Amino acid sequence: MSAHHAPSSVEASSATGKVRGKVGVRVVGRPDSLEQRVYLPEVIRGLGVTAKHFFANLFSRKYTVTVQYPEEKVKYPDRNRGLHRLMLRDDGQVRCVACMLCPTVCPAHCITIVPEETGNQNEKRPRIFEIDELRCVVCGLCVEACPCDAIRMDSGVHAPAVDFRGDAIQTKIDMLKRGTQSVATQGGVGSDWRSKQPSVKQYDPPK
Amino acid sequence: MTDSILMFLAEHTAVAALLKLLLLVLGFVMPLASLSTWAERRQSAMMQDRLGPNRANIGPVKLWGILHFVADAIKMMFKEDVVPAKVDRFLFALAPVMAIAPVLITFAVVPFGPDLCVGQVLSVVTDPTTCKATIPLQVARMDVGMLFYFALASLAVYGTTLAGWASYNKWSLLGGLRASSQMMSYEVCMGLSLMGAFLVYGSLEPNAIVTAQGSNILNWGIFTQPLAFVLFFTAAIAETKRAPFDLPEGEPELIGYFVEYSGMRFGIFFLAEFIETIFLAAIVTTVFLGGWQVPGLDSSGFGSFHLPHLAVVLLQVVAWSLKILFLCWLQLLIRWTLPRFRPDQLMRLGWKQLLPLSLLNIIITAAVVLWRSGGK
Repeated sequence: MSAHHAPSSVEASSATGKVRGKVGVRVVGRPDSLEQRVYLPEVIRGLGVTAKHFFANLFSRKYTVTVQYPEEKVKYPDRNRGLHRLMLRDDGQVRCVACMLCPTVCPAHCITIVPEETGNQNEKRPRIFEIDELRCVVCGLCVEACPCDAIRMDSGVHAPAVDFRGDAIQTKIDMLKRGTQSVATQGGVGSDWRSKQPSVKQYDPPK
Repeated sequence: MTDSILMFLAEHTAVAALLKLLLLVLGFVMPLASLSTWAERRQSAMMQDRLGPNRANIGPVKLWGILHFVADAIKMMFKEDVVPAKVDRFLFALAPVMAIAPVLITFAVVPFGPDLCVGQVLSVVTDPTTCKATIPLQVARMDVGMLFYFALASLAVYGTTLAGWASYNKWSLLGGLRASSQMMSYEVCMGLSLMGAFLVYGSLEPNAIVTAQGSNILNWGIFTQPLAFVLFFTAAIAETKRAPFDLPEGEPELIGYFVEYSGMRFGIFFLAEFIETIFLAAIVTTVFLGGWQVPGLDSSGFGSFHLPHLAVVLLQVVAWSLKILFLCWLQLLIRWTLPRFRPDQLMRLGWKQLLPLSLLNIIITAAVVLWRSGGK
């Protein structure tokens, strides 16, 4: 159907395509076989492809990739950062010692902690621990910063849609409900923990 | 009782015509057009490995999402009908009517079944010409049938052009101009490509064309006039203004001649487009796919296997519907497969390729018809 002429400035090589110059432009010529210029056989071939997909999807959903979201869910990857959760000690108390590292590192200033006395001279605990999920940028720095494995983002739940902004604030109770006992040693294991790890095979990048 | 009603209808043709019109338009065309709005989205989704709209429901009744067209209709009706300040109000209101009325009227010439022999519906009818009283299953039988269709189809261009002109909007005007140039160009080719079929079947009357094709599939238009079939189908798809010929709409750059329309006025343009596709399917069925003919089914049944008249007629009406459904499906398949033409490519295809080919088709057909009739 289209006119059969090559662009004047570029030397067209229609059949194979030619790599020219530094950037490697592949010059594709105009279709020159009669079959392609008549257009109709190619149209029918194209219709065949779409019809094949149509019938395969109609009868068996062979190629269909749609996930029907609220009913079907794809499992998030293991390292997905979801809604925050607060971890528990062996006795079910909150692991957090209100050291204020996470609100300090948080780039979005979305964490609010008000500490209180525990009776133990060495520790504090959070009286209020709130995260505004509308402000949170889901960077995960709070988890990185926490020395106690008290805050995690591995809940696999993403932040819910809310009707009022206040509802997006996760309270301590909310986050403790998602919490489980952590097996990490409270207060850390000392700076030489890396040398105590069982030896792991080093990553060997392919040459 | 039934016989007396049928007899009444056979005698009072105006009442019968009205009933047939209601049956055809309200019972077949409009439901099919509404369904196409859903089928288009669902079929395109299936072709693109998606699922498409499948959620509209009334309680637990989902029906694969068919109810989406109900939701769409309700939405269209309750949407605000915005009329821009500087439009020509009369023409603005007239345009949707001008778009939908011609396509609905032209259904009058489409035969959707054979003549119904009154009084012999339950017996075997060997020769339908011997019937005393008949009800033709066609709203209006006139000798100029196909010319009537072309005359009204060219009226449809007023709907789009008026919509573009009256909207007082640059983009709709461009869309309207594109529509008028495109529809006029392709009407020439449409008429000329059907000329070959008229030569072969010797009539302009749709039912006579269908009867002439007979139940032998090799005598159908698609086999006697294969080139005309391709040419007419291409030109007629251009006439419906849908992709790959959707320049008047031109979604990426113009939004089309109906850009200023909203609510049900837009809905009417939308519906008119789908009715046009159904009408195109009806014309292609009539001229090229044997209309209501079923392969091997004569008026008395399949060969020596006799069937009552009513069963034959029902089979033929069902065959007609299935052919229409298939062609609607095919048009959706084409619409969602082929990329759009550029305006210059569109004009080149119409005037430089389809038109000479349709002229060539007429000459060859005329020569063959003359040769077969012994040069008389």
